[in-house]
Order: sequence, then C-alpha cells, then structure tokens
Amino acid sequence: MSELTASPTAAPRLSLRPRPLAALAGAVTMSGRSLRMARRNVDVLLTSLLLPVLIMLLFVYLFGGAIETGTRYVTYVVPGVVLLSAGFGAATTAVRVTTDMTGGIIDRFRSLDVAGASVLAGHVAASVVRNLASTVLVFGVAFLIGFRPSAGPLDWLAAAGILVLFILAISWLSAAFGLLARSPEAAGGFSFLVMFLPYPSSAFVPIDTMPSWLQGFAANQPVTPVIETLRGLLLGLPLGSSPWKAVAWCLSILVASVAVSGVLFRRRTT
Amino acid sequence: MGNELAVEAIGLEKAYDRVRVLDGVDLEVARGSVLALLGPNGAGKTTTVRILATLGRPDAGQARVAGFDVVTERRQVRRRISLTGQYAALDELQTGEENLRMMGRLSGLSGAQARRRAGELLEQFDLAEAGRRTVATWSGGMRRRLDLAASLVGQPSVIFLDEPTTGLDLRSRQAVWQVVTGLTGSGVTIFLTTQYLEEADRLADRVAVLDGGRVVADGTSEALKRQVAGQRLDLVLADPPAFEDAAHLLGGRAVQRDPKRLTIGVATDGSAAHVRALLDEVDPTRGAVERFAVHSATLDDVFLALTGRPADRPETDENEHEKEPAGV
Repeated sequence: MSELTASPTAAPRLSLRPRPLAALAGAVTMSGRSLRMARRNVDVLLTSLLLPVLIMLLFVYLFGGAIETGTRYVTYVVPGVVLLSAGFGAATTAVRVTTDMTGGIIDRFRSLDVAGASVLAGHVAASVVRNLASTVLVFGVAFLIGFRPSAGPLDWLAAAGILVLFILAISWLSAAFGLLARSPEAAGGFSFLVMFLPYPSSAFVPIDTMPSWLQGFAANQPVTPVIETLRGLLLGLPLGSSPWKAVAWCLSILVASVAVSGVLFRRRTT
Repeated sequence: MGNELAVEAIGLEKAYDRVRVLDGVDLEVARGSVLALLGPNGAGKTTTVRILATLGRPDAGQARVAGFDVVTERRQVRRRISLTGQYAALDELQTGEENLRMMGRLSGLSGAQARRRAGELLEQFDLAEAGRRTVATWSGGMRRRLDLAASLVGQPSVIFLDEPTTGLDLRSRQAVWQVVTGLTGSGVTIFLTTQYLEEADRLADRVAVLDGGRVVADGTSEALKRQVAGQRLDLVLADPPAFEDAAHLLGGRAVQRDPKRLTIGVATDGSAAHVRALLDEVDPTRGAVERFAVHSATLDDVFLALTGRPADRPETDENEHEKEPAGV
C-alpha cells in the first residue's frame, strides 16, 4: 500500500494551491453563483426589492400622520426602513444555505475540495451585494417622497460602512442558522425573527413613547444603536456612544457567527 | 497489490446511531477498470461510496483512493476523484453551461479553461443546444447527463457514481450506460453502485456484492455466475401438490421458487446426464413435471444465492440508515 503514495494514479490535475488562496477563489466563484441565482429567482427578487419600499410607503403615508417624532416622519423613518430591509434581506441567506446543505450539491462541492468557509462566505458576500442594491432602491424612493438628509460625503461613507457591517453580521448569523435548520422552510422562519427585531427599537417610533417595561429592551437591543448611528450620520444629529455600541454589537455577532458556523458546518458534513 | 489499485479498502466499519451499516468492507479496484458495487437498499452502498469519496469517516478500517488515504490525505484524494450522488448536484437556476463552468472554476481551472471545458462537455454529452437554458427547464435524463458531465470537468482519475440510473426511464438509463462505456479504456477508474443486476452485468469488469454491510462476493460477473451454478434448470410442476412435493424434496437446492407459476429452479451444469438425473429424482413417476427449461444463470440467481433474497425486492425498512448520513 505504501508504494501507492509514491506513484499516484494520475498526475494531479492542478497543483495544490495554498489553502487560504483556494478558499478565497472558491468564495469568489460561489458568490458569483449565488448572485446569478438570486437574479433569476424572480419572485424572491421582487419581494426583496418591493417589500422594503412598500413598508416605507406604509409607514410614511399610513402611520406617519399619527406618529409624532419632532421631525417630518419620512426623515425619521428612512434609517429604520433601510435597516429593516437590510436585515430581512440578509436573513434570507439562511434559506439559501439550508437549500445547499440539504441538496446533493454540497457533496459535489466537498468532493471538489471546496472549503465550507468558501460556500458560506460566497452566500454572505452575495447577500451584502444584494442588500446594498435594495438599500440604494429604498433611498431612491425615499428621496422621491421627500427624504432630505443633511449628510456630507464622509457621513454617507460612514453610514454605508455601518450598514455593510450590519448586513455582514446578520448574513453570517443567518448562515449559521441555515446550517442548523433541517429544511429551507424552517430556515425561512429566521427572516421573520430578524424582521421583527427593528419594531421594538427606535426604528419607527421614539423609544420614550413605549411602555416602560419595553424601553429597557428597546434601548439596549443591537438594532437600536445601529439605527441611531445611521440616523445621526444622515441627519447630522449628535451620535453619542451609538457608533461604538453599533460596531461592538455587529462585530460580536459576526465573530460569534463565523465561529459557530465553522463548527456547525464540520458537524453537519462528517 | 501495489500501484495498480485505484481503490483499496480494508475492514471499513461504520455505524449510525448504533446501527451498524458497514461491518468490515474489503474492496480492491484495479486502475482503469469498472467496479459495480451491487446490493439492495440499506446494504451500505452509499455509506461505502461516501467514505471512499472522503465525505464520511470510517469508524474503523482504512481506505486508499488514487494512492492516498481517504482520511489523512483527504485533499489529495479530492483532487483526483469526482462523486455523482443519487440526487442531481446541479443548480436549477443556472444554465447547463454555467453549472459546468462553476464546477470548472471550483476544480481550479482558469476562467477561459473552464469555459472551454464546459463547451467540450456539453458537446460530448449532446447538451449543447440546451446549454444556455436554465436547468429548471430540463428533463430528468438531461439533468442526469449534465450531472455526469459536471463530474468530469476536473478530469478525475477515479469516478464514483452512486446509483447513476435509479429513477431514470429506459432511454436515459441507456444514455448513462453509453457515457460510462465511453469512459472505459481511457484509464479512468469507475466505481459505481447499483441495485440493478443488468447494469452491473453490462458495465462492470468486476462486481462486488454488498449485503448487510459486508462484501459477500467479488469477481467478474461470469465468475460469480459460475460460483452459483453455470446453468439453471427450471421445472414447471403439474399442480400445487406436485410443486409442494418437489420443493420439499429439493429443499435448499432450489435456487428459485415460484408457487404461482408452479416453477422451481435448480442449479445444474447443463449436461444432459445431470438434467436427466435431476428430472428422475424430482419426478420418478413421470407425471409431476410438465415442462422444463435450462437457462444460463443470471446475476439475479447469484444475488439470490448469496443473500437469500431476490434482488428486486429490496428491504426498504433498512433504507433510512443509508440515506441518513447526508443530513447529520
């Protein structure tokens, strides 16, 4: 048997690339795949683009008149809607991961020596691209209905940065959830959890209008500092400690999710 | 032994939830040959393939594929193999060409190389016309061919096909057979699993019969048939009592019993003397046997003799354990 090692059956069809490089190349290919499929999945594409816009119109025109926030409601609510849609969109990563894991394709990928990290990172990267696109659309419609931010280029850049970090964190978190779920339908439930989270926060109504028992949760849950940071940057309001809290929350979720999904992937595939 | 073996497994064992799926599987496949691993559902075929294709770890035993250990040299093995499972490993929302190009990129080809290889394979598998349509619009047979094409993108030297024709209609099945036949002789080693004796008979240089987690027979299909009996004498009895008497008399020597058709099969070497002796033994009064026929033994006979049950009546209740590993 030891002779076998000395003369393998055939010349290797490619030189062994260093692991990290191969994983990166794999992730790039996988994200291209994920984006191509997202583009063709018309129902999901329409939902993920139209839903945020509809929610914004709903809040601005239906509830907006009754909600007192001290500014025009459209100005108050846009950061919340942006976050809601980004979170919702990122959470659909779970369904895509579960679909891969429960179908035959994951075996093909693994027998091609594609790293689990590449498969997941591909989905996450595609999620960031998808959700930035839908965010641009939300901002576009927001401008049309009277959203007038006072942000300068640097503020916009910072806002984009925090948004990308948030999408990244939620996408990895949902990838981890997708590894846990046994069916794509079950994974879909995760979207609703993420979609619910912005409601008890400062996204749609100021926290001090909430019942006191809810205020504690609303003020300290991860979504609130992200929204406050976005709002502060876009509207030129004082930021306070929100940016640091937002970054700390997102980074913690990100690191924990990456670690957990690494373990889950290995457990699920051996 | 030595470097002529593409697959070599010794004493593979695997259990899921204390259910023993593999109970010491030994296998050897010569380089450039086709091996069919034949067995009913639940025999452990998929588990064996998954271990050899580095997707599952054996609890005990060792295996080398393309010269490398499937556990400790997993990456080296993966670079030389491909696996086509029972369920099409394709993206429905990508076109056939995109699927192949993706597999090419993932196996380390450059963009241009992957494009060229995808074109070649689509041509070769007679899928060029459909290549630019999303796979969602393709028929089952076309998908299966694409799945096979996808497994060849990286030019593997050992190809694992797990029940490549299960669930296919006859035409698609023949198309798959053609592909496999076309690959032989090119130096590629093919390891396929099947529940169909005809498939093993047609495609494989050697057949290994897996039953209850062990290889119960291994050899060319000719040798296996000889091992059971060169020929089979089928006796059609006159009435049910005569059938019962004959069945009782022959006991374990009957390789086949069909009470409905009053038929009993007995192994024979096919010589006139042996057939005459058998007839005299079963039917001394010359009234019980109505007709007889002598057949060459089929792999069905082999299977029945080796496992004690017909091949086409798989024990589906064991099914679960074999399909399980993918999700755990």
